Amino acid sequence: MPTHPILEYLWIIPLLPLLGSATNGFFGAKWPNKYVNIVAIGSTGLSFLLALEAVREFFDSGQVLLRREFFTWIAAGNFRAGFDLQMDQLTVVMVLVVTGVGWLIHIYATGYMAHESGYYRFFSYLNLFMFFMLILVLAANYVLLFVGWEGVGLSSYLLIGFYFLKKSASDAGKKAFIVNRIGDFGFMLGMFLLFRTFHTLDFTALFEKAGPWPPEAMGQLGTFTIACLLLFMGACGKSAQLPLYVWLPDAMEGPTPVSALIHAATMVTAGVYVVARSHILFMHAPTAMLVVAIVGCATAFFAATIGLVQTDIKRVLAYSTVSQLGYMFLACGVGAFSAGIFHLMTHAFFKALLFLAAGSVIHAMGGEQDMNRMGGLSKKIRWTYITMLMATLAIAGAPGFSGFFSKDAILLAASGNYLLYGFGLLTALLTSFYMFRLIFLTFHGKQRFDEHKIHVHESPRSMLAPLVILAVLSVVGGWMAAPEFWGGENHFEKFLEPAFANASEHVTQIPVDPSTRTGKFLIAFGEGMGSALLKILWTYAAIAIGVALVGFLVAYWLYLRRPEKADGLAKSMALAYRTLLNKYYVDELYGAVVVRPLVWISTNVLWKVVDVAGIDATVNGIAGGTTAVGDGVRHTQSGNTRSYAVWVVVGALVILAVIFFWPSQMKPVVGMVR
Amino acid sequence: MTASLVVFFVLAALAVIGAVSLILQKHPIHSALSLIVVMVALAGLYLLMGAEFVAAVQIIVYGGAIMVLFVFVIMLLNAGVEEHTSISKMAGAPGLLLVVALAGFVAATIARSAESVQTASQSGVMSSTKDISNMIFKDFVYPFELTSFLILVAILGATVLAQREKN
Amino acid sequence: MVPTNYYVILSAILFGLGVFAFIFKRNIITIFMSIELMLNAVNLAFVAFSQALGKLDGQVFVLFVIVVAAAEAAVGLGIIILIARNRQTLNVERVDLLKL
Repeated sequence: MPTHPILEYLWIIPLLPLLGSATNGFFGAKWPNKYVNIVAIGSTGLSFLLALEAVREFFDSGQVLLRREFFTWIAAGNFRAGFDLQMDQLTVVMVLVVTGVGWLIHIYATGYMAHESGYYRFFSYLNLFMFFMLILVLAANYVLLFVGWEGVGLSSYLLIGFYFLKKSASDAGKKAFIVNRIGDFGFMLGMFLLFRTFHTLDFTALFEKAGPWPPEAMGQLGTFTIACLLLFMGACGKSAQLPLYVWLPDAMEGPTPVSALIHAATMVTAGVYVVARSHILFMHAPTAMLVVAIVGCATAFFAATIGLVQTDIKRVLAYSTVSQLGYMFLACGVGAFSAGIFHLMTHAFFKALLFLAAGSVIHAMGGEQDMNRMGGLSKKIRWTYITMLMATLAIAGAPGFSGFFSKDAILLAASGNYLLYGFGLLTALLTSFYMFRLIFLTFHGKQRFDEHKIHVHESPRSMLAPLVILAVLSVVGGWMAAPEFWGGENHFEKFLEPAFANASEHVTQIPVDPSTRTGKFLIAFGEGMGSALLKILWTYAAIAIGVALVGFLVAYWLYLRRPEKADGLAKSMALAYRTLLNKYYVDELYGAVVVRPLVWISTNVLWKVVDVAGIDATVNGIAGGTTAVGDGVRHTQSGNTRSYAVWVVVGALVILAVIFFWPSQMKPVVGMVR
Repeated sequence: MTASLVVFFVLAALAVIGAVSLILQKHPIHSALSLIVVMVALAGLYLLMGAEFVAAVQIIVYGGAIMVLFVFVIMLLNAGVEEHTSISKMAGAPGLLLVVALAGFVAATIARSAESVQTASQSGVMSSTKDISNMIFKDFVYPFELTSFLILVAILGATVLAQREKN
Repeated sequence: MVPTNYYVILSAILFGLGVFAFIFKRNIITIFMSIELMLNAVNLAFVAFSQALGKLDGQVFVLFVIVVAAAEAAVGLGIIILIARNRQTLNVERVDLLKL
């Protein structure tokens, strides 16, 4: 038995959900829900426990990056892509988040989906998703990562379109998959470029080769910049950034546990993970990093504005997810990769909680999702209310909650650039506003529904237990990364340092400008705390808290104190309101500019011309030609002996002609060879 | 103009006239008789070339056996003047064209290699029956045995084919 | 001596006439006879070459040709008798049961 058994057999961790998926998929149709539960929750739970054990062994072995090759998948020429898994600090964070939050959501789903048909199918897909996501985070090369990447896209499609008999659901599934594919195209091109330049796609080998290269200048479109931009294009598709975010709001057609797991906690974070994993490449391409930061910031702001006026509870959370993902990319774009991953982790906690609690509300309201038809639920569904409130405080950035520390870290990192910082701050305000709007509309105020028609009831324990656990995590999860000036040691960042430190070994240090605030921060962080610096840090923290408070107060006033003012505001800014409500008409724009021309080309060019007139005509033409030739040759078989005799003469003639005209080697028969 | 040349031309003319007559006659019995004329002429040509054995065999087998067979069959079947039908489309103009083409090719082939076929060898090497039989029974014994087998099969076949149907 | 050329030309003429008869005559027996004519023409060519080359192989081959022709004539005429009995005609154009 090797000293670290799980680390040696890392493949067990993704394998278990795959087995669960297969078992449920092939045999689960006839089983009662109980057995399906055992298989699904058992496999995921076991995977989580093994992941914990793997992490323990990782610590035990001194936190050394571990890479194991299990079998060679592709070996062509000098290209080798294997089923290689690796474990380093970044993987630790990701694998624990995926298995842990995933397991909690599985438990929740057993309660939420209890009365749905196709129960076994749901859990089969959910386990399949876990398998692919684990492959994605454990992969040690880009090719295997891409396998997981595509796989989670597939699972997402299957799960979004779970209610496939509903046209809007199946359309949403298709939209998600197709928009993802556009991003994947960029991702693949990025991979090809990387391979062409470095002749390997293995993380360790690639980063080792890339490290010593000089970083490119700002604005220079060198190999690194282009490759990173292409990889980022894939990340935009998967993580729903501008302009490829349009699938995420529609993905709310899927069941709520799906929204929680895939479109909040795990799949959409794959893009952030890829950028963080490729940090060495990105640090060689400042242009690409700037693009990442700008896109992230713009998306954060853009999505937050749309979320302000949405009425469907899940839509608000969807746009919130897009917005928070923007924050993560903003962090990566300014070089604070560990801050981005930290926000990824805290976001997984509180966003999953928000979705699950929203599911609980929808379950309590008998399927109602429109917030305008809710209200006054706080006393009726206490547990749901309290946990959702915890999550809202976290996402808004209330001090002490996890979201506060992560968001603060990002804003601090972005503070060097006024524009990024300004919009980031504005987005924080909007976030706080629309989240509290959601709380007030849903749980407070007058009851806007008919009590006799809808019997509001609290959710079963299977659904409440994960809510409570996630709520606890949302509250305390942030303290592990609390920076020094709050009294804690930033364990998280220190932990992730080895994973992100490779950059600094090989790349010439990004020059730190002592005159800027960020520069001062970075210098002081290394040297220790001086009082001037502390004042700056406290100022930033205070600004962030203040902004969150403003958002809360505005929402409180508009939706609790003077609800009629909200309607009045909507009427007076009617144009802005309608634009936001219709999501800036982006879907319609895409439909007209991209979709309709493509459909036209497909119908009129590719179908009518290439397929019908070209290919079909050729094939049918060959068949027709054969028939025609046959029709003609048929006449030789006339049954008339004299005609046959003539054909014999023709044959003899042909042979004679061949002999006669044959080039000199073959002498004519009559001539004699002397 | 040597004597042999004159004899050759006479015999050749005879052969050609016989062949033409075979084509032009309407009754098959007349065509058979024309063919006999051709065969006799050819036997004469063989003699002229010094192949006596072949000439003798030609007369005995071809003229004496095969043609007699033909004549008997014509008698048995009561063959009369053939009727004139023209059902076959190919055998009209296209056939004529093809025959001419064939003839042309053969002529061209001969013409092309005319130089290498000029001189006739001396009549020093007379082909005697003894030499021929030597060849047959030593070098060509295998084909010889096969032909005897072939004749046996032919006899059997002919017997079977010509039986009256058992009523 | 007669040049071999002449023999070959005569053989060619006879062969051509044989082909002509083969195509243009309608009586089965006459067609069969034209086949014999063609065979004879070829025999003539063989003997002519045998004489020109001074070898006896040509003449031996001629003997074999004659033997085979005899066998073929026997069987062929048997078949012709059967056809005449069945179809009551000796016109080759009337025997067209193989028509597609």
